[in-house]
Amino acid sequence: MNVNATLIGQIIAFAVFIWFCMKYVWPFLIKAMDERQKKIADGLEAANRAERDLKLAQEKATTQIREAKEQASDIIEQANKRASQLIDESKEQARKEGERLKAAAQAEIEQEVNRAKEQLRQQISALAVAGAAKILETSIDEKAHSELINKLAEEL
Amino acid sequence: MAGSSTDYIKHHLTNLTYGKLPEGYERVDHDGNREVLQEGTWTFAHSAQEASDMGFWAFHVDSLGWSIGLGILMMWFFRRAAKKANSGVPTGFQNFVEMLVEFVDKTVKETFHGRNPIVAPLSLTIFGWVFLMNLMDLVPVDIIPKVMELAGVPFQKIVPTTDPNITMAMAITVFTMMIYYSIRVKGIGGFMGELALHPFNVKNPFLQALFIPVNLFLEIIALVAKPISLGLRLFGNLYAGEMIFILIALLFSAGLALGLLGGVLQWAWAVFHILVITLQAFIFMVLTIVYLSMAHEDH
Repeated sequence: MNVNATLIGQIIAFAVFIWFCMKYVWPFLIKAMDERQKKIADGLEAANRAERDLKLAQEKATTQIREAKEQASDIIEQANKRASQLIDESKEQARKEGERLKAAAQAEIEQEVNRAKEQLRQQISALAVAGAAKILETSIDEKAHSELINKLAEEL
Repeated sequence: MAGSSTDYIKHHLTNLTYGKLPEGYERVDHDGNREVLQEGTWTFAHSAQEASDMGFWAFHVDSLGWSIGLGILMMWFFRRAAKKANSGVPTGFQNFVEMLVEFVDKTVKETFHGRNPIVAPLSLTIFGWVFLMNLMDLVPVDIIPKVMELAGVPFQKIVPTTDPNITMAMAITVFTMMIYYSIRVKGIGGFMGELALHPFNVKNPFLQALFIPVNLFLEIIALVAKPISLGLRLFGNLYAGEMIFILIALLFSAGLALGLLGGVLQWAWAVFHILVITLQAFIFMVLTIVYLSMAHEDH
């Protein structure tokens, strides 16, 4: 426990270590730590910003989806309307066409009937002439009686 | 038994001293042979008596060796961390050093409000170094001295902070810095004024002149007490701790039961000592910061 030159040796060693620490240790570590701190702060800020952006984008997306849905339902409604309209139109058309066809058919039928009647009348007149000839057993002068027979046939 | 206990303790408290024995000095070796030196000789002291007879120009080789060794180890560690330091993700060892640096930096910023780039690295050096030197106290007291003795080295004290030279050297360095920065910040007049005009300060110049010697006396004592208390506090705590380790170690030679008790006590004291070690390193650092902060304050 003597006080001796150890004191001086230790003072020198201490001074050297302080100098070394000040020159080669402290500034590097502090610099790195400050840089990291800044980096982390920047990173956190960026994260916050990104979160805000994300929220905005989500809101925008939601709005767009809602709008799209509305549009789609509008379109569907319109299409439905149009479809029923088309159906109605074609029904109407079909009905008219049917009626027209029916009318045409009826007209034709009437025509056919008339023609048949005419034929019938002619055949009857011929038959009548033939019948009368048979009855009279004489040939009738066709020219002389045709007017009479035709008149008869028309009366039928 | 009493004699051997005393010898054991004395042996543990003697530093390995290298110094000059004066001409005509009578050395007594283990076998009782006497030898008178013909001329002044630089040599290792073979006994506590020889060590104290070497006077001021002697070195405690063990204290200096361990303290400088630990200092170099610490600086090597710190330097490695400083080289690898970048703003990326720190890992393991890097993290540990940065934690230490941040802790010191925070302590300095809380206490020291001036601008001085030396204070923070100084504090880190003090904290790390004193802690490591104190840590040697946890190495079981007999291991290294015994090994050294087998290797032919007569004494070995491995805890540098139990050597008042070491702690006082650090305190004196801090004291020198205190004086230096006091004068640099306040000027020589300001510094002198601080010593001469406090604590008794009166308007009347005649009365003030009477008070100046009293003030000087009080302030100089207060000033000098700072490094002395700083150095001796660390020394005292560690010396006492070491002493208790040695006393407990005495139990090992007192039979099986007491030896076991000694083992338990060693362990318990070591656990408690972890606190003392850290606390003393921290106190030394904080007081250094406080003293330097006072040196920078201009009234």
